[in-house]
Amino acid sequence: MRLTQAAGRRLVAGIPTFWLLMLFLIPFLIVFRISFSEVRLAIPPYTPLLTWHHGSIWPALELHGSAYAFLFTDSLYVSSYLYSLKVAAISTLLCLLIGYPMAYAIARAAPSSRSMLLMLIVLPFWTSFLLRVYAWIGLLKNNGVINNVLMSLGVIDHPLVMLQTDFAVYVGIVYSYLPFMILPLYSNLEKHDPALLEAAADLGARPVSAFLRVTLPQSLPGIVAGSLLVFIPAVGEYVIPTLLGRTDQLMIGRVLSDEFFENRDWPVASAVAILILLLLVIPIMLFQRMQRRELEAGR
Amino acid sequence: MRSRGWFPRIALVLGLIFLYVPIVSMIVFSFNNSRLVTVWDAANSPTLKWYHILVHNGQILSAAWLSIRIALIAATGAVILGTLAGMALARFAAFRGRMLLAGMTTAPIVMPEVITGLSLLLLFVAMEQLIGWPHGVGAVTITLAHITFCMAYVTVVVQSRLTGFDESLEEAAMDLGARPVKVFFRITLPLILPAIASGWLLAFTLSWDDLVITQFVAGPGSSTLPMVIFSKVRFGVTPDINALATIMVLLVATGIAISTVWMRYREKRRERDAQLAAAANL
Amino acid sequence: MSAGAQVNSPQMAATDPDQAYVRIAGVTKKFGDFVAVDNVSLDIRRGEIFCLLGGSGSGKTTLLRMLAGFETPTAGTILIDGADMSTTPPYERPVNMMFQSYALFPHMTVEKNVAFGLEQEGVSSADAKRQVAEILDIVKMTGFGARKPHQLSGGQRQRVALARALVKRPKLLLLDEPLAALDKKLREHTQFELLSIQQRLGVTFIVVTHDQEEAMTLGTRLGVMNQGRIVQVGSPSDIYESPANRFVADFIGSVNMFEGQVHRGGSDGVRIDCAELRGTVHADRTVACAEGATVWTAIRPEKITISRHSPVAGAPAENMVRGTVREIAYMGDMSIYLVQIESGKMVRVTLPNIMRGGERPIAREEGVWLSWHGSSPVVLTE
Repeated sequence: MRLTQAAGRRLVAGIPTFWLLMLFLIPFLIVFRISFSEVRLAIPPYTPLLTWHHGSIWPALELHGSAYAFLFTDSLYVSSYLYSLKVAAISTLLCLLIGYPMAYAIARAAPSSRSMLLMLIVLPFWTSFLLRVYAWIGLLKNNGVINNVLMSLGVIDHPLVMLQTDFAVYVGIVYSYLPFMILPLYSNLEKHDPALLEAAADLGARPVSAFLRVTLPQSLPGIVAGSLLVFIPAVGEYVIPTLLGRTDQLMIGRVLSDEFFENRDWPVASAVAILILLLLVIPIMLFQRMQRRELEAGR
Repeated sequence: MRSRGWFPRIALVLGLIFLYVPIVSMIVFSFNNSRLVTVWDAANSPTLKWYHILVHNGQILSAAWLSIRIALIAATGAVILGTLAGMALARFAAFRGRMLLAGMTTAPIVMPEVITGLSLLLLFVAMEQLIGWPHGVGAVTITLAHITFCMAYVTVVVQSRLTGFDESLEEAAMDLGARPVKVFFRITLPLILPAIASGWLLAFTLSWDDLVITQFVAGPGSSTLPMVIFSKVRFGVTPDINALATIMVLLVATGIAISTVWMRYREKRRERDAQLAAAANL
Repeated sequence: MSAGAQVNSPQMAATDPDQAYVRIAGVTKKFGDFVAVDNVSLDIRRGEIFCLLGGSGSGKTTLLRMLAGFETPTAGTILIDGADMSTTPPYERPVNMMFQSYALFPHMTVEKNVAFGLEQEGVSSADAKRQVAEILDIVKMTGFGARKPHQLSGGQRQRVALARALVKRPKLLLLDEPLAALDKKLREHTQFELLSIQQRLGVTFIVVTHDQEEAMTLGTRLGVMNQGRIVQVGSPSDIYESPANRFVADFIGSVNMFEGQVHRGGSDGVRIDCAELRGTVHADRTVACAEGATVWTAIRPEKITISRHSPVAGAPAENMVRGTVREIAYMGDMSIYLVQIESGKMVRVTLPNIMRGGERPIAREEGVWLSWHGSSPVVLTE
């Protein structure tokens, strides 16, 4: 009996593990491996890792660092990396500044209206991400809604150039990722015991200092979780900068895609991916640790 | 909070306006007659012109149909795999590979999509070289990719639902003579069904919506709806897309409204039951 | 199936009431390096209520879970009615459990919950219906069959959990903190009800509890557990009046403990010199230990007499000590006096408040004499 039960358990854990090994982990190893190849005109368009020279049983390992070397010789890549980090960092900060008071207001709202407010936050998330980003084109472009409204009100004479600027990218990212900041913050803030603020007030703290010294430190896990959920995907963001962003300065996700589809340089695209991962490995591990703790808190 | 909390409240209202203005503007301009999209043609609006054009656009319709089929299969596959993974993570004590599984189920959630997409395509290419399957990329590879990134979300939803309820329920069933498979179908599954349902919906939406990963693993002739939309809007605003957006928003809003009414009803019933139980204590 | 039917079974051993019905032999359970249950051997008789009493982390719940089959012993065997259960999965054991959380299936009605076990056995639905009605009647829950668990109060849930565990008439019922989730009033009432149901059905009960009062009222015998080991097994009065060691004496009820050296083991018992008492304790029983060995005497607070005047004229004799009352706590049915004796140690004395008003009670800061009878002290060697 024990045996079949153990076998059943192995199956339950084994099937998803096998799937993810095959379609998540191994693909990364392949990316890693191709990043050490050289591009060539063939199918597939890269040199093999192992080659068998004539008369030898053992294959020779062919490792090329040329893809990586290339990334550091051309300033396009370095500047794209830095630009992506900057955009992601500023967008995360903006999300936090906008999302925190919103999450706070929901957590302090009457319990009966909380679920309604949360629904309002999540609702846009259920509609197409692509279409919501697209909507901003109509709002931001030169003869778009915002410029038309401002000009008809006489606030401005000439349309403001907003589309294809950094500003548009920030708007797009903040708009798309705001729920990911608000939700973890809310679930943290909601758990706070209101008696703590009362205790702080009772001990003479004014509301602002009670917030800074009681609420804010306690909400740090929520802040970190929300920031990671925004920052990590924002670094590799592709759709938003492509639709709303500058054409003279690309983000790294777009560079990867162009390298792959336009230049058909698989090794360089792979090397770009590996370097993005290197940048993100610490935030991703941090996120995983928090996620695990959150999920296993109930145990 | 007392009245001092005016700042968060104003921020909340402004934030909600920010979230809804683009959606509302899309809906409004979907009824605009002008080709210029954002210039309101007062004389000939509102009009259903763009809806008419939309439903006669064979490319969009066939792409939507492909997206629906992929999303249905991907969501179902993701629910099966994600439920297994969630069960294993929430219910099995330390097992070999636990860390590996836990890591692999949370990583896809934050992984930049370009990387996931690239790695999956390279996998499919390598597989075809090695074992001759899949034959090129297309609907099959899109579905496999979607299952993979959707199952991570399902796992999280199922796992947190399972950790939320008492493990002794399953032990009690076993104690009363039910074998593990029976315990799963009689006790565990009914209890996590709401989580599985919302996991399925989430997976469906993510699959339906995905562009970046899909672009990597799609081939000629397998354009999903987001791919068609993207290629259209990349070079400017097109009014029929506004109509499409409006239809999608309406569908979602209807679904949400129905589920809200249903949840309100259940909540009311729960409250009544709680009163009943409290009365029994007297 | 009733207890009577079992007596007619061909197994002669089963008819002997003193024969172990459940035998736990040398059972050890390790979780990694942590030893949760440490070489426990225990015999439980048919038809008794055996209480496993211990603090959190004492291993009592792990032992219970091994009896139910949720944990497999690292070493040792568990026999139930002569059959080795060590590797039998929970769903094949003639054992049922009532969970601390009750673990009622929230998506099933009371009836469905109770019938769940019968259904697994393949009992016909008509039979199952009858048996469910019968057991619901016994736990006084007739008429609640169509309710869902969340429509019940805490006490009602407890009864349904009991009915569900009993409906299969298990050989052995395991109860994990059966009363912990109930409030105090309901708890007392339920205790007596559990007793009467147990007597009526004749099922052997093993109860895990951290509440000594609960263990004392429910248990025909108790097993006190500490750090994975059984430290004493006995009737409630055995455990209270003759604790085996300092842990048990201290864990069950409250006790005053004095360290001392065995002074003389005579025919009229043993005398112990206690520095803390500045005197000698005389216990009128013999203790197996060498002259001069360090021992502890334990005296229960209710077995100490408090008086203003020395109970014996002249020089201080054995079994008495002078002190000053430092605190008095009035508890209604009794009062607790904390008396500081000359060595500085605090001694706890309880006196029942027999008379309403009564004579002028002893006041705080008053000098008093404490004394006790030679039968009161318990001498503990470990």
